[in-house]
Amino acid sequence: MNETDIDLQIAVPPNTRYLSLVGNLAEVLMHEIKEYNGDRDLLGYHLNLVLTEAMANAIEHTPPPDKCDKLRVHIHIDGDYLCIKVYDHGEGFDLNQVQSPDFQALDEGGRGIFVIKQLMDTVDYRKCTDGNVLEMRKKLTPPIPVAE
Amino acid sequence: MNITEEDRNGITLLCVKEQRLDANNSGDLKEYLKRLLETEAKALIIDLSMVNFIDSSGLGALLSGYKNANLHQGSLVLHGLQPRVQSMFELTRLQRVFDIYPNQQQALDHIEEGKHS
Repeated sequence: MNETDIDLQIAVPPNTRYLSLVGNLAEVLMHEIKEYNGDRDLLGYHLNLVLTEAMANAIEHTPPPDKCDKLRVHIHIDGDYLCIKVYDHGEGFDLNQVQSPDFQALDEGGRGIFVIKQLMDTVDYRKCTDGNVLEMRKKLTPPIPVAE
Repeated sequence: MNITEEDRNGITLLCVKEQRLDANNSGDLKEYLKRLLETEAKALIIDLSMVNFIDSSGLGALLSGYKNANLHQGSLVLHGLQPRVQSMFELTRLQRVFDIYPNQQQALDHIEEGKHS
């Protein structure tokens, strides 16, 4: 692993009080990707936002008996992509069936997945060993070649 | 939820003194606005200048207040949005719904104009 590789696994209680901690951690983490030459602050903010949305969604859909279990988050680099995985123990849902919000209807909810889809390059939700995983990927801008 | 409240000639000025509005405190904001609008408050001006992060649940709480205000023939306007917060309103198209002003005075002027029209 070189110094710019990132592989971070976090486990916190499924409580909304941890949203800021994990979201802000992801934002700070963006500054550790040395060769990234895009808008680091903007991407950091977007990661904070999508993690907050994804974790809040996972907490909301975690059934009561599992409320004591930990909510797991995995942030790592996979080739040219930054990959964020949020694991939950809920019944799961079909990501393809999640409709974009009706912008005229003024519903109070239903924007979380929309926000994630807007800010990330790919979003996938699937079954895994002990529940479900929401995987969000963002392509990192290729590093600027260094002249020798 | 840390909010300050001030009455200015029948207009309620609120200042949200939180850096983040997310699922951890948006329920508190929603209830706060609901309680205000169900009692005497009819015109609310919310200062968001201290908020530098808002998620979809925070937007939902404000939207709930906006709808409640309309239901009670009142109004709810916002001012002082930081660029990140403004970008969330734009991403979700909610800048088309809310009346958003750069500062408190312009928000007050809007409410006063509404009273006299």
